[in-house]
Amino acid sequence: MTRERSAPEIHESLRKRPRWGETVIHGLLLVFAGLSIVTTLGIVLVLFSQALHFFARPEVSLARFLTESQWQPQIGHFGILVLINATLLTSLIAMVVALPTGLAIAIYLSEYASHRTRSILKPILEVLAGIPTVVYGYFALTFMTPLLQRLLGRDVVEVFNVASAGMVIGILILPLITSMAEDALSAVPYALREAAYGLGATRLETALKVVTPAAMSGLIAAFVVAISRAIGETMIVAIAAGAGPRNFKSWREALHHLALFNPFKGAETMTGHIVRISGGDISYESIDYDSLFAIGLTLFLITLLLNILSRRIVRRYREVY
Amino acid sequence: MMSDFPEGQELEQFIKRRRQKGLIWRSLFLLATTLGVLVLMVLLLTILNKTLGYVAVRYRMEPDELVVALYRTIMLDASQTQTLANPADLTRGLAADPDGVGIMARADFEATGQGLRVVPITDLSLQGVVVVVSEANTWLTDLTSLELMRLFTIATTWSELRPEWPQRPIHRWLPPASSPALHAFIAQVYGEDPRTQPTEALVAMLAMHLSPGAMRQIMAEKPLSARTHEDFYQLLVDRVMEPTILETWSFSESILNRKAIQARVAAMPDARLEFRRWITWDFITSPQSSRPEFAGVRTAILGSLWVVFITLLFAIPVGIGAAIYLEEYGSGGWLDQLIESNINNLAGVPSIIYGMLGLAVFVRALEPLTSGSLFGLVDPATSNGRTVLSAGLTLGLLILPLIIINAREAIRAVPQAFREASLGLGATQWQTIWSHVLPNALPGILTGSILAISRAFGETAPLVVVGASTAIFLDPHGPFSKFTVLPIQIYQWTSRPQAAFQNLAAAAIIVLLALLLVMNGLAVYLRHKYRRTY
Repeated sequence: MTRERSAPEIHESLRKRPRWGETVIHGLLLVFAGLSIVTTLGIVLVLFSQALHFFARPEVSLARFLTESQWQPQIGHFGILVLINATLLTSLIAMVVALPTGLAIAIYLSEYASHRTRSILKPILEVLAGIPTVVYGYFALTFMTPLLQRLLGRDVVEVFNVASAGMVIGILILPLITSMAEDALSAVPYALREAAYGLGATRLETALKVVTPAAMSGLIAAFVVAISRAIGETMIVAIAAGAGPRNFKSWREALHHLALFNPFKGAETMTGHIVRISGGDISYESIDYDSLFAIGLTLFLITLLLNILSRRIVRRYREVY
Repeated sequence: MMSDFPEGQELEQFIKRRRQKGLIWRSLFLLATTLGVLVLMVLLLTILNKTLGYVAVRYRMEPDELVVALYRTIMLDASQTQTLANPADLTRGLAADPDGVGIMARADFEATGQGLRVVPITDLSLQGVVVVVSEANTWLTDLTSLELMRLFTIATTWSELRPEWPQRPIHRWLPPASSPALHAFIAQVYGEDPRTQPTEALVAMLAMHLSPGAMRQIMAEKPLSARTHEDFYQLLVDRVMEPTILETWSFSESILNRKAIQARVAAMPDARLEFRRWITWDFITSPQSSRPEFAGVRTAILGSLWVVFITLLFAIPVGIGAAIYLEEYGSGGWLDQLIESNINNLAGVPSIIYGMLGLAVFVRALEPLTSGSLFGLVDPATSNGRTVLSAGLTLGLLILPLIIINAREAIRAVPQAFREASLGLGATQWQTIWSHVLPNALPGILTGSILAISRAFGETAPLVVVGASTAIFLDPHGPFSKFTVLPIQIYQWTSRPQAAFQNLAAAAIIVLLALLLVMNGLAVYLRHKYRRTY
């Protein structure tokens, strides 16, 4: 016979007991989740400390870093602007290719295409998104560049040029823009379209004047993410854009005939330069090594800014239905 | 107000105009979509186009010359063989020899062949050369090609070939070694391609052209009996034929400009035109080489597999753990929100930045660990941190946000009722997660993880920075090996100026895409097989 238990005893037995296993697991999972913060901190710390190393060198100054028209660290020229300029050129060309096309495809898919057509086309675009970027680089060098040379002449278009790299980056980010823009357009409630049709609008007028403005925040976010992706893109520019920075003796020379912006000549972007320099045998003590992190920091800050911007836009201008 | 709006005839026109505008734009949208699909096709065709096509090759020893030289030696060394440079002498000698058989150029036979007759070959029509016997010979009426092969090499008496023929020795009458007739005879009877020759013939060719020392060395590496026909052929290619590719053409060029290419190669000294398939089993199984004729992707494929294996080992448990924490344990406090927005930010960081993180942390700061010298596994003097382990961890950090985001979605899709039922029965939170949430979320987690892994498989830039880009010719054998991966191999080959490397790059791209296709196919299959609706 078991002994009758008193009320406090029963209360005690029902109380939540400490379970050490559970606590350990909880803690471990927290550590795993916290690893992402450690990663971010690691990136920031590594980039800042090494970049600081770079700027602490006697020959380097922030002013020269931001104003010079050449990037040749071994002989004392550190003008990041020529690298940034190349990055912006490729990204701009990419956006000129991808933005209208991507938006048009997204509108077609969300407003015109039948369910069947969409179920065929979307996977095809997803395939395009899944192809490694080095393959696109190969495509730029062996297809796009010869094509441009045939169209415009070999004396105009160099073997390594910004235009073909930029256009192929455009192809690379096309599926990204398309899928994000399509999501934004599809999220617009159907009632808005029905109201427009009811007022006698055509399908085009509904798509352009009702659905697109309603989805604007999502569309802009898609573009910003795409720009950030284009700026960070590496292999295409490393293979096709050029194997050296486009240096100028002075800014006057750079602006002569707008040579700085010529898309048919080679130029090295920030990412392309990092890959080329770190791909070789690089000494950890050299100025080249330190300079890579200064470029990396610049790149990181630009993309971070764009990512934060896109999130801000989505939150600020989101139409809630 | 109403006056702004057109009426009557004008209204119809107005509507028509709007309709037309709609149609034009609609076709523009369709055009853009078609363009997108077209680009994908052009991309694939461009690459496939480079994986087949003509090449101009120069051999140190031409393959047909190799075969001819072997059989010429065997034929001339056979017993009872006479060589006569003057066809008239040969005719005279053979006509008087009823047990003799000879080879002559057809033109010589027609000019001087009195007293001889041509023996027809039943299953082969010889061009420019004939097999002849004396008119006094009454029994040799026909020969098969197999009998013909033996007739001039290993056979000694006629009855060995066919029992009804006389048991007398064969007398062979041949033109001299340098004559075109002998060359043509060998090429047509024994073939020109070393690959189709029996293994013994390949060994004999090796022995003929390599020094005894080199042969002994080959035998010391691996006994001849343990080698296959393919091994011997490879040895012949590597050591005797030694091809050099001078120029390559794509498949479309090969088809469209065949004449021009043939003319061009004909003008190159010692060059031969061959049609080459760049993706072959040899290409997949051969190690990396600095010579495009022999280079393969085995080293790179093994490197990719090792790196992705380390990535998997690190990123999958950590990623799923983080997702469980955020979905099941997180209370939405400031820390959880920080982690969440941080993960989204990390997903947008360019991959090359991860490479720099890997370079500074895994390659340099943790060098003793990642090079393996801490464990005494490698020689600290020669090792460095540019290993499979560093690369795998770098890629692990890179795909972690992807895995977390995907896994969270899969976990979120498990209905709340499952958790409540489990907790209601007295299970602890971890028991609930382990026995109910995870099994139901697993297909989704798996699909997302495979997609993240395929991203890692195709990633190039961070690994170049981490240091996989130096030329590696040895297979990786563990986490502390130096390595190269498939995308980097493609990058390196693409950057080489010689045309042959472009073809190799195209072939390697096809291999990479095929591997990715298998992985993505698996993900799609899993998604469909385990799809659940609650």
